[in-house]
Amino acid sequence: MNRLGKQTFVFNNYPRVIGNYSVVGPKEGKGNFAQFFDEISDNDLFGEKSYEKAESKMIEYTITQAIANAKLKPDEVDVMLAGDLMNQITSSSFAARSLSIPYAGMFGACSTMAESLCIGACLVDGGYVSNAVCATGSHFSSAEKQFRYPLELGTQRPPTSQWTVTGAGCTVLARNDSGIAVTSATIGKVVDWGVTDANNMGAAMAPAAFDTIATHLQDTGREPDYYDLILTGDLGKLGSEILMDLLEYKGYKLGKNYSDCGQMIYANYQKTFMGGSGCGCGASILNSYVLQRMRSGHLKNVLFVATGALMSTVSAQQGESIPCIAHGVVLKGDL
Amino acid sequence: MQDLERNRKYNEYVTSKMAKTKPWPSLFHAFWVGGLICLLGELIKDSLMYFFPTMTADVAGVWESAILIFIASFLTGVGVYDRIGAYAGAGSIVPITGFSNSIASPAMEFKREGIIFGLCAKMFVIAGPVIVIGVIASIVAGILGLIF
Repeated sequence: MNRLGKQTFVFNNYPRVIGNYSVVGPKEGKGNFAQFFDEISDNDLFGEKSYEKAESKMIEYTITQAIANAKLKPDEVDVMLAGDLMNQITSSSFAARSLSIPYAGMFGACSTMAESLCIGACLVDGGYVSNAVCATGSHFSSAEKQFRYPLELGTQRPPTSQWTVTGAGCTVLARNDSGIAVTSATIGKVVDWGVTDANNMGAAMAPAAFDTIATHLQDTGREPDYYDLILTGDLGKLGSEILMDLLEYKGYKLGKNYSDCGQMIYANYQKTFMGGSGCGCGASILNSYVLQRMRSGHLKNVLFVATGALMSTVSAQQGESIPCIAHGVVLKGDL
Repeated sequence: MQDLERNRKYNEYVTSKMAKTKPWPSLFHAFWVGGLICLLGELIKDSLMYFFPTMTADVAGVWESAILIFIASFLTGVGVYDRIGAYAGAGSIVPITGFSNSIASPAMEFKREGIIFGLCAKMFVIAGPVIVIGVIASIVAGILGLIF
């Protein structure tokens, strides 16, 4: 069986990254990763009439560009795996409507990038498809509208809050002779340690990341320093500190090879408190900075763990705690 | 099955680790901005009574509220009031201008879902509870006033 332990899939046929693209909004374009993103939009409406339409257009555009980057035509793509934060993942489904590619919607909240990469790698590795498009994105304004308050409402953000990233990322996987390979993936369990504060997502999601990383290391028999980079999606400042504490308690020491996209994406002066969050956070950094550094040979082994909070506004109002999930994907530089 | 003991310990640990709002700077910001808004209100009322000598204090008070509500809605529309709110907190929420902002902002946010089901229906998502509690409180106060 192509599996290690209970949760880790091993891809012996090496599905490889043949194309990728990242698009972000104006605020992210002023952050720490400005020079790495493929495209920075100067208008967060992307020429549309509503933020929901803007999010859908951003995802569609990112996918189109990634397919072009992979030197494919849209009708040569076998499957599209995408998701987002909107109710009924409309942004991705509407993008799939205009792209007319066989489509399987993914929902893992902010963990969607890792989830779609994991499923995409399985399909390519198993020979069911010759290539797979894995994408996700999020938009600050549409997420605020759905989950929090109107944009113009004069409230204060709590110090544990995070800022939803306006951005999208897309990776195209295929069997190929060279390129960055997806070698294994660990599917996470839903973990809930009783955090109910929707303004403290980092603390809610950290146990899920801990569970997936610890399971991954156990399944593969590796130590954290096997990886040049262990990258979590959007735990933010507090969440990453908690993750490091939890793993240390379990006997795994994360050192300088650990980073969190949410903590890094914005510059300090942008006042986002704990940092960025959302599907687009991990997706845009993975598909820009990380893949570029891997191609240039600076990074060889990367464990990308995206975390997601699987709550809704209704479940939060009914007093439910926040169930979270994390999926891990191992990327290996040119073999 | 949830491990309640672990969850309790974890939440305690999170609470001890997380950043908290500093009360004194927040109170100071709220105090001076809130005070300034009230001062502006008094200024409007006094000016009205100065320019229209026949106007009674009660009528001037109604005009004052209407003018403050208009100013706050206008500042919400041009995207300034949320910045004031991010700085002042309760200082700009508690005065009548905050109430105006809480109605104007969802109206703007949801207008793309149409006039009836968007703008009109969603206009009171923030202010609705305030109105309901306000009406109930006035009924209770009215009954108490009738009895004593």
